[in-house]
Amino acid sequence: MTTAWTPDQPIVSIKDVHKSFGPIEVLKGVSLDVRKGEVICIIGPSGSGKSTLLRCINALVPINQGSIKVEGQEVHDPALDKLELRKKVGMVFQSYNLFPHKTALENVMMAPVHVLKRPKEEVEAQARRLIKKVRLEGKEDAYPGELSGGQQQRVAIARSLAMNPDIMLFDEVTAALDPETVKEVLVTIRELAEEGMTCVLVTHEMGFAREIGDHIYFTDRGIIVEHGPPATFFTSASDPRTRAFLSQIL
Amino acid sequence: MEGLWDFLRSLHDAYGINLVHFYDTFERGRLLRGMWTTVQLAATCVLLSVLIGIIGAWLQGSRFKILKAFVQGYIQFFRNTPPLVQMYFFYFALGPQMPRVENEFGIAQPILGSFAWAVISLSFFAGAFNIEIFRSGVEAVQKSTVEAAESLGFNRWQIYRYVVLPLAVRVCLPALNNNLVNLIKTTTQAYAIAVPETLYIASQIWSDRINVFEMMVTLLTFYLILVGIFVWLMTRLERSLRVPGFGQ
Ligand SMILES: Nc1ncnc2c1ncn2[C@@H]1O[C@H](COP(=O)(O)OP(=O)(O)OP(=O)(O)O)[C@@H](O)[C@H]1O
Ligand SMILES: [Mg+2]
Repeated sequence: MTTAWTPDQPIVSIKDVHKSFGPIEVLKGVSLDVRKGEVICIIGPSGSGKSTLLRCINALVPINQGSIKVEGQEVHDPALDKLELRKKVGMVFQSYNLFPHKTALENVMMAPVHVLKRPKEEVEAQARRLIKKVRLEGKEDAYPGELSGGQQQRVAIARSLAMNPDIMLFDEVTAALDPETVKEVLVTIRELAEEGMTCVLVTHEMGFAREIGDHIYFTDRGIIVEHGPPATFFTSASDPRTRAFLSQIL
Repeated sequence: MEGLWDFLRSLHDAYGINLVHFYDTFERGRLLRGMWTTVQLAATCVLLSVLIGIIGAWLQGSRFKILKAFVQGYIQFFRNTPPLVQMYFFYFALGPQMPRVENEFGIAQPILGSFAWAVISLSFFAGAFNIEIFRSGVEAVQKSTVEAAESLGFNRWQIYRYVVLPLAVRVCLPALNNNLVNLIKTTTQAYAIAVPETLYIASQIWSDRINVFEMMVTLLTFYLILVGIFVWLMTRLERSLRVPGFGQ
């Protein structure tokens, strides 16, 4: 049963989540809480289940065991209204995944118009504001194929924001970008975080995680090995696996 | 116009080139009606078969095994049997099973005439191929793009309608074009169940007027122009759907 959620409770509450693909258990009992306005960074080696965890949060993949609650609503519930969940949770992917047959502006407008059935003029005004916000003024009518990776990723962020989500999930959104454009995207995410958006970021940008993260989680082979605020996490990690990972990457 | 007809008539007298189906008002009238019937038949079948292709490809992505099996059975049946036999089957085997209705003169007549049966059989025939064509396009759409739509709250139908189908069409347009050209040419088969389309009328004219050669040339030219117009329209469609930086 869902009890009414209040903002003082975790906005995302993950408890002992297990997830297998066939015989392979990818998540082996993961628990973490995200509070409203918090920025959570998840780091860890490739294949440790970071993307899978994010995708479980907005029900793109089902879980085998445990519980994930978003604003008090159990995501694992078969009777879940997926639309309600996805209005609350925005997601940005490593490979941008824009709709290639739509312009930047149309990409941002699609979901509010077709999914939320909001009036077109109002959505267009909002979409133009969002494109300005991600610093892409003038690129409204460009197709994804005409934009750089960093520009596409910022359109993708604007597209998610157009649904007015309460939480944003970022899955290695800068991993496919060259160092110069990484900065543009990070600036956009930082602004969002500063405005109080709840963010869950999977990232390999340690410096960035350290700077904007309120809490850092380190995952390895389907479990959370260690977590803590950045100040202590990066300087005094206790687990040898964390230390090995950090020494490799820093 | 009269001058042209007189000129064609003089060709007959001078060289024995018999273009009576142009200069004779009656023959010209029925030939034009035949051509118009062909255009209507082709247009209806093109639209219906594309619709069948779009819906069939959607059903093939369904979660229900029975639906998928049904679509698969439909495709196998219509792809692996001769289209002429299919048309005979619809007209001569299914036709008589249908209820009859009274027409304005009080005479009972079949609820569906030969034109309707030709539309049905040709649309189902071409539709089976169109499903496969659309499916190949659907399969070319990236999973990650679909996932992005899903995460934005699109439901399955909305994903198909707004994301998958528009992308699939762009991929499969050349193959679709081919199949529809074939369909247009196959409309001549309606001749076999006495639909008064171009070939049927032409054969009547050449039996009455003994101008087989001239009628054949006229027929071939007509289909050349008809298919040419269709291909031109499809090329325009293709161009209007072209997106910078996508495909090619
Ligand atoms: N749909 C799927 N079917 C089968 N196996 C999968 C699927 N998705 C992920 N996996 C497997 O689950 C494991 C964890 O994958 P995941 O993408 O969550 O890792 P990750 O931590 O995000 O790695 P990376 O840093 O490379 O993105 C991998 O071994 C992967 O092969
Ligand atoms: Mg990943």
